[in-house]
Amino acid sequence: MHPTTYAQPRLTVEGLHKRFLLHGQGGLEIDVMRELSLTLHAGECLVLAGRSGIGKSTLLKMLYGDYRIDQGRIRLHFDDGELDLETLPAYAWHGLRRDVIGYVSQFLRVVPRVAAVDVVMEPLLARGADEAESRQRAETLLARLNLPERLWQLPPGTFSGGEQQRVNIARGFIGEHPLLLLDEPTASLDAANRDVVIALIGEAKARGTAMLGIFHDENVRERIADRLLPLDGSLGNLSIVSQDFRESLS
Amino acid sequence: MKKPAQEYPVLLDVQDITRLYGPAKGCEAIDFRLHAGEVLGIVGESGSGKSTLLRVLAGLEAPDAGRVIYRRSSNEPEAARTGTGKHESGGDQKENAEAALDLYAIGEARRRALLRLEWGLVHQNPRDGLRMGVSAGANIGERLMAQGQRHYGQLRATGQAWMRQVELDPGRIDDAPRTFSGGMQQRLQIARTLVTRPRLVFMDEPTGGLDVSVQARLLDMLRTLVRQLGLSVVLVTHDLAVARLLAHRLMVMRHGQVVETGLTDQILDDPQHEYTQLLVSSVLTP
Amino acid sequence: MDGYNFAYLDEQTKRMIHRALLKAVAIPGYQVPFGGREMPMPYGWGTGGVQLTASILGADDILKVIDQGADDTTNAVSIRHFFQRVAGVETTTATTAADVIQTRHRIPETPLRAGQILVFQVPIPEPLRFIEPSEQETRLMHALEEYGVMHVKLYEDIARYGHIATTYAYPVKVDGRYVMDPSPIPKFDNPKLDGNPALMLFGAGREKRLYAIPPYTPVESLDFEDHPFEIQRWEHSCALCGSDRSYLDEVITDDKGGRMFVCSDTDYCQTRRGDVA
Repeated sequence: MHPTTYAQPRLTVEGLHKRFLLHGQGGLEIDVMRELSLTLHAGECLVLAGRSGIGKSTLLKMLYGDYRIDQGRIRLHFDDGELDLETLPAYAWHGLRRDVIGYVSQFLRVVPRVAAVDVVMEPLLARGADEAESRQRAETLLARLNLPERLWQLPPGTFSGGEQQRVNIARGFIGEHPLLLLDEPTASLDAANRDVVIALIGEAKARGTAMLGIFHDENVRERIADRLLPLDGSLGNLSIVSQDFRESLS
Repeated sequence: MKKPAQEYPVLLDVQDITRLYGPAKGCEAIDFRLHAGEVLGIVGESGSGKSTLLRVLAGLEAPDAGRVIYRRSSNEPEAARTGTGKHESGGDQKENAEAALDLYAIGEARRRALLRLEWGLVHQNPRDGLRMGVSAGANIGERLMAQGQRHYGQLRATGQAWMRQVELDPGRIDDAPRTFSGGMQQRLQIARTLVTRPRLVFMDEPTGGLDVSVQARLLDMLRTLVRQLGLSVVLVTHDLAVARLLAHRLMVMRHGQVVETGLTDQILDDPQHEYTQLLVSSVLTP
Repeated sequence: MDGYNFAYLDEQTKRMIHRALLKAVAIPGYQVPFGGREMPMPYGWGTGGVQLTASILGADDILKVIDQGADDTTNAVSIRHFFQRVAGVETTTATTAADVIQTRHRIPETPLRAGQILVFQVPIPEPLRFIEPSEQETRLMHALEEYGVMHVKLYEDIARYGHIATTYAYPVKVDGRYVMDPSPIPKFDNPKLDGNPALMLFGAGREKRLYAIPPYTPVESLDFEDHPFEIQRWEHSCALCGSDRSYLDEVITDDKGGRMFVCSDTDYCQTRRGDVA
């Protein structure tokens, strides 16, 4: 741990709360997060630690604008100023997600009929990058993640879990966002591909990427984590908890 | 790391729009802004007023109250103006303050020219948006001809290029739309609408009434076109899966009113309003 | 003739038509509605043209009536007789001698002069009707100059036949503003509309619309840059007068496939034959 080397924080979270209110269940209120605070620096990988199923993804989703921020403060720090995310209007998130915050979700959201390589290169095209160049980079990443070349032109809908996950990782890393949120990217990977992801994370760190991740694999966690953020105090044991809103409804 | 530019020019400024046919029939007090490059989805069930709202926004039906302001950057020439030639409407408009157009105050001439040249509308039923009696090529070329293009060879080449773009066989450029399948007709309608590269496009259930496999193809195509042409889109749909794939931002309507707005995945993953929660939880996920 | 006002129509009706005509002349190519009267002939026989002729005819005017260029066809003869009877005006077959010429489907080959009036019989006055059945909408389209759809029609022609196959009622733009149906004249006659010294009036009886092209008004036939407007041409000359620059009709001469091409404008043809002889 070398906290002193991180001169400037890239992300600070203060006093974050999250409560789900379920109208369909008679107005049931579920507190899933209380008083969560953290600081993340450039080039640092902070790993969220805590029991499985206590809702660590909730934090990532709040940082990505996917879940609303009920209370608390999330700030991004730039060379030329700060940006408060809890008050950021919805339309301002599009550019932020395109250029600043990257997210590797646990599961790939498959777009019907879109080939794997196109799924991967989309974040670059969204920035107006050259198509041939973007394709080249996507293929390089897919090759590195050992996705068989015959799959590149196929839509990933029918891929195995591990194959889909690698497409997802390639899509998440290709944009080289300065802040990267990782939700168990190695969960369904074999050892060889896990190593590739660890190498990708290492390279991202070297670029100065600030990363916040969930990794259940002890081995992976040890190899990439600069710090662990214990969450058992602020997550999960507050009331009934589910990682996904829809699960909590059913 | 530099702060991302916080400039999000407003393209459409919708101010307190009301259009009611009866109590809770239509839309009421709708207020929002569409930013350049955004795809805004309006979701809700049948009768929620989303189609009425779209008609008002798209210039087809004047509201009972409220204003629709279209803002184009000031250095852009007004195609709507050049298109109508020597006609001028309303004497009280300031000539140099034309960056903002009040849709229902600029007069019918300029409004129609705007719809025809700078905006586009994709109907749910392609028959409403196509001329079924004339060839695919003439359908694609019509907006260009309305703009004054008078070169048959170029019109034809453009028509074929657009057919390729929307994955239609350019060899069928002389075929009438009635010989096309529903999905092909919808793609033809999209080509016909986008050929003049409108800045703002309204889509009313563009994938409704199509087979699932045909829908998927169309959705993928629309995503690509939106990105390549830098379109701003107002999309009306009752299909949350379509909204998820196409829209950046969602507005949820019920009984003519907006009950919730937000980022698309936030609305779908963390809905706040009772009705939105019901809507989201009612969707079958395969 | 007893029991009738001069030229059949009463003076109030004539005044009403005059007012509409003044408006039509003031806005070249614009269709002006008028209170069309029942005429003693069925629609399709030129009731629109007859009402215009009746309202502009003076006692000293010399009238010529042609149908498809000919003075001696049923429609032309009937209308000529009608005006002889109800107005007692002098009639002629000579284009140069006429003050007023009522016509169906042709413009005389002999150039018209200032002071002459050409009255067209019009079946369907609205050039946008083929695509838009609503009158309200077509009026709006004219008002807003939304004429893109006219080229859609020409585009379809080229796509289907390789060239603009519209050969009559070929749409024109009058004075750079209104798109107009010149009535079912062959497109061969379209260039004669442009800058013509005569006043040209168009009357549609069934639809109760009239419109006008004032003298010397620019009239342009719609076309494409790479498919410019062209008039019909014949490999033949007129079998009777030898003209190689007039509009020719094909005439079957026997049951064995014999045929010949002759001028559709009978006065022009006869005059030339007189000159030649």
